[in-house]
Amino acid sequence: MAIETEPGTSQVPGGGEPIAGRGERSWWLRPGVHTAVIGAVAGYAFGHWLGDTFSSGYQQLAASDTNDVPIVLGYIFMVIGWLAGLGAFNDLGRQMAGRPLPDWERAHPGIGRYFRYTLDHKVVGIQYLVGMIVYFCTAGLFAMAIRTELLSPVHHVFSSSAYVEIVGEHGTMMMMLMTSVILGPFGNYLIPLMIGSKRVAYPRLEALSFWLTPLAFLVLLSAILLGGFHMGWTGYPVLSVQDGPGADAYAFAFGLMGISMILAGFNILVTVICYRAPGMRWSRLPMFVWGILGTCVLMTLAAPILIGGMYMLLTDRTVQTAFFASRLGGSTYLYQDLFWFFGHPEVYILALPGFGIVCDLLPVFSRKPLFGYRVTAAGMIGVTLLSFFVWQHHLFDSGINPDMRPLFMLTTELISIPTGFIFLMAMGTLWKAKIRFTVPMLFCLAFFFNFLIGGLSGVFVSDIPADTTEHGSFFVMAHFHYTIMGGLIFAFMAGCYYWLPKMLGITLNERLGKIHFWLMFLGFNSTFLPLFAVGLAGQPRRVFEYARNLQTLNDWVSISSFFLGTSILIFVINFVWSTVIARQRAAANPWASRGLEWQVASPPPAYNFSRVPVVLSGPYEYGVTGAPPVADLNPPVGVLTEAFAGTTATGAEG
Amino acid sequence: MSLPVRVGTLLVAFLAVVGGAIFVVIHFFLAGPAVIDYTAGAASGPGRQVNVVMQEDAQNTVTNKPDWVSYFIQDPKTKQWVHTTLFRVPAGARVNVTILGYDGCTPLRNTVWGKVTGTIGNTELVDGKRVSVLDAWQTCSVGHTFSIPGIGLNAPMGSPTTVAENNNLCSQSPCTSGPHATMQFSFIAPTTPGSYFWQCRVPCGGGFLTGFGGPMQTIGYMTGQMEVAS
Amino acid sequence: MAAVSQAPAPAAGQAGPRHGRRIFLIWIVLALVADLLIWFVLGPHLPPGTMTSSAGEQQDAIRLMAVMSAPVLLLVFVYFGYALVVWRQRPGDEADGPPIDGHGQIQAIWIIGTTVIVLALAVFGTISLWTSHGSGAGQGPAPIYNPAGTVSDRSWTPGSTLQVQVIAQQWRFTYRYPQFGGFETTQLMLPQNQWVQFNVTSIDVIHGFWAYQLGVKADANPGVNNIAYTKPEHVGSFTVRCAELCGLWHGAMFNYGKVVQVAQFESWAAGTKTSLASITKLLPAYASTYDPTVIPAFRSGPVMKKLGLTSAGGGYYPPEDPVQP
Repeated sequence: MAIETEPGTSQVPGGGEPIAGRGERSWWLRPGVHTAVIGAVAGYAFGHWLGDTFSSGYQQLAASDTNDVPIVLGYIFMVIGWLAGLGAFNDLGRQMAGRPLPDWERAHPGIGRYFRYTLDHKVVGIQYLVGMIVYFCTAGLFAMAIRTELLSPVHHVFSSSAYVEIVGEHGTMMMMLMTSVILGPFGNYLIPLMIGSKRVAYPRLEALSFWLTPLAFLVLLSAILLGGFHMGWTGYPVLSVQDGPGADAYAFAFGLMGISMILAGFNILVTVICYRAPGMRWSRLPMFVWGILGTCVLMTLAAPILIGGMYMLLTDRTVQTAFFASRLGGSTYLYQDLFWFFGHPEVYILALPGFGIVCDLLPVFSRKPLFGYRVTAAGMIGVTLLSFFVWQHHLFDSGINPDMRPLFMLTTELISIPTGFIFLMAMGTLWKAKIRFTVPMLFCLAFFFNFLIGGLSGVFVSDIPADTTEHGSFFVMAHFHYTIMGGLIFAFMAGCYYWLPKMLGITLNERLGKIHFWLMFLGFNSTFLPLFAVGLAGQPRRVFEYARNLQTLNDWVSISSFFLGTSILIFVINFVWSTVIARQRAAANPWASRGLEWQVASPPPAYNFSRVPVVLSGPYEYGVTGAPPVADLNPPVGVLTEAFAGTTATGAEG
Repeated sequence: MSLPVRVGTLLVAFLAVVGGAIFVVIHFFLAGPAVIDYTAGAASGPGRQVNVVMQEDAQNTVTNKPDWVSYFIQDPKTKQWVHTTLFRVPAGARVNVTILGYDGCTPLRNTVWGKVTGTIGNTELVDGKRVSVLDAWQTCSVGHTFSIPGIGLNAPMGSPTTVAENNNLCSQSPCTSGPHATMQFSFIAPTTPGSYFWQCRVPCGGGFLTGFGGPMQTIGYMTGQMEVAS
Repeated sequence: MAAVSQAPAPAAGQAGPRHGRRIFLIWIVLALVADLLIWFVLGPHLPPGTMTSSAGEQQDAIRLMAVMSAPVLLLVFVYFGYALVVWRQRPGDEADGPPIDGHGQIQAIWIIGTTVIVLALAVFGTISLWTSHGSGAGQGPAPIYNPAGTVSDRSWTPGSTLQVQVIAQQWRFTYRYPQFGGFETTQLMLPQNQWVQFNVTSIDVIHGFWAYQLGVKADANPGVNNIAYTKPEHVGSFTVRCAELCGLWHGAMFNYGKVVQVAQFESWAAGTKTSLASITKLLPAYASTYDPTVIPAFRSGPVMKKLGLTSAGGGYYPPEDPVQP
């Protein structure tokens, strides 16, 4: 193969200008979801066969009841087949062969690009949005099943085995997939727009991070076909080592999602560090970006530990290693520590994007600058750093070294200080504001209401004596549902109503939005507030039988949860109706926001900005008379080279 | 796409999703083994007696898990052996249980479960002999147990006791011939209706870390429920 | 918390209502009422009750934290409620609000105030853990909070610490009393006003021993002895539930126990020791943990040996795998 010293067409790593010359093929001949499915099925079959062949001669594996090796190898090759069928390796192959990289999608925009391995970050954002709504609703259906079972302490709708499977599916699907519920759609779509960039740093990693999520979702659901997994989302051994083949699906799906998290986080981290437009100083970054930055740091550093723990679980299950078997030198505490070392940053991965969204939205709808920018940013950074030092609070009663417990009680209490800075920001921003009660604002205000209750209940659980009663009970469940659902999901809804006009160019129906909000807010609080009492009254988690005197409370909670589920259904109806049927066009900046993403059209053009903008001021300069516009979208030619040459041109980085 | 096409696609997608969810729920979560009903027949009242007959086999040839040990319950009306572990008895009745133990012996994880508790007289008949304690570690005498923790019932099941018998166990199911032990005991069903789980305490889940996986944790094999109907 | 008692300096010439003072007044009244209600009315009824020393300590901790969180909760709610009513956008007013982007004094007060509250809670929690001898939480095999008194596992007299071993298995807790010959029973009886040391262990998967009214929670890990202390102070019955998902019937893994007077406890123990003598002699010797996958050679008879049944495990690991110390 000769190396062309002057290739015929220009080649820009990561995809550049559209290249003419290739004939347009029909959609079914180009790689996409359909070929990915074929690849996945073929990959699973091959992996399964390979596993059967490898493991047939080993007496040890024969002694174990199910041979899990074909299942796990099947999943591994399924991932490879899925990605190959999607065309994820095509560009890699082209680069290795020295051939030019075509950039189809921007040359031929159409609905098909949402079903392909597209490198445009805006397409990936929309893919994530639809995917996350699907995953959230599926996991929510499992929650409805849980509450149906808990209507009566003695009459059982599901068998106890089915109930434990349902609990595990709900918990794992939510905790594993909702890590990217804001970072995926809004982070990927909006961060380049917010920092004035035309692209992300690693478009292929970003697309890969999305396309692993439907696979992780389907692998987790396939556990049902394999008999389900019966250890809940935490997957503690010895139960998880001993469980049926469904537990392989659980561990594999979780590990796969961990890979997706690392890729997504790493990509955005580098994008924000390296691709900011001139003038976009750290002190002018929207607070949403700070929140996402913290999330990305946590994803990149904590997810590898999860993958390690799941890998050990899989080897214990398949090839009889003894990481978690105490009589052979392993320890169940090893898993617990590995899992929670990831697990605690995980919940801050779930909380920080919510913080980011409400910090960004509150100034827009109060028409005031964000109060205490530096303190709030310090809060985001503080939460990120401290979240690595608190994980043992999940293990206070497990028999860990008792000397360590007061230390972790201290760090857990300390983490509420940076979390409180968000409330300081909110209260300061609302001071003498001109509050506009739009649907996004309603969700932001509900966020603060819910997260306050969630955060304060966290203080209760961080105190070791009180935790003795509260650990493993519905009190903890109410605590984390208030912080995660009351925080993250309400912020997600706020983000949807706020940014969908920008992302899709359509407005969501406002009346349906208000009905959705009130039903969701009242339903949510009615569902989870009594659960604090239920937990303190002694009902543990994950049980299908409870004390009869708690039936009234449980019934109230179950009925309320059906209303909550209805509100989500209303949201989905609103979303689908507005995007597919009604399609009412949105203005470019319906909220009169100063965010940089609002200064371009809705939806933004193919490369976000026609020229790299020069940022002139921060996004929160409401009420400042004579504030310069956010950015100069048509900077004079040569302003970038002048900036790099060190001269101080007008509006350039000073 | 035009509006009618979009609406049509949405409707089809919606129906597919709803149909799929309903199918998954019914087929995977609501399905289960049959419940053998012992409440039909004689009038209720004190002195009501029902006879429950079960057997436990070393293997089973009726499911896709042939090497899983399994209980079978005999239907009182048809006298057929049904592969289930769910049965229903009337509240307050005297339940006379007969279990045929076709499976060989295995040591208990906790030998305290070798003691018979919760039966009338706290004893059981093993092959006609009245026993109150079985030593599962010393002698080859315990195959499984029938325990209902909610009412404090624990009845260790006997097994064939010699090496020759243990190597010649019945290999099809439900067993009709082969070495076995016969247990009989009685207990009074609770007066409050409800469902009480029962389990085996012998770690006979082969190929699992503590012997308590697989059939030990799957309803229809070595664990089930006794429903008490009013 | 006096975080918002001082309003930011009003814009020059503006003589509007003193929002800060109003908010503060509403808040202080509500907070005082709430705190008094919580401390005096709700407090004595807070879970988990006062049946034991650890439960009482936990009730105190929950009460104190409720009293400290109520004002914080009310501060934010009152402020938000006030803001949403007073500072809403008037129809037709499209102007922006005043450009306040920070206030150093308020920020400093907030940071210092929250830090002080948080550190106070942490110190309080540590002290409470010490004075309650671990507050009923499982401390692992080497506990650092020990009640005074002799600890022996041979015999028990009133005044020394009663040892109860909690053996968790799927799906029942059994209780072993080493000081009474090591009998094992499914009944949990405890004497009043005596320190009890729970040695919690498991022989299969991870369980959680949670005695609600006793205020004791300790996870049962296989191969680990998790020690928790409490001192029952009132007679009565209590519920024990499994607090860590342990398989199919985790939800049905519960039993009831009783705290009785010392004399009644001693007669129960003596009676149970006699009635369970036939099974006690078959149990393995009392130890802090058990490994049923190894049946001692002297225990198994010829038929068992010939059949190769020297383990009560599932055969997952081959018998020749070296057992680590």
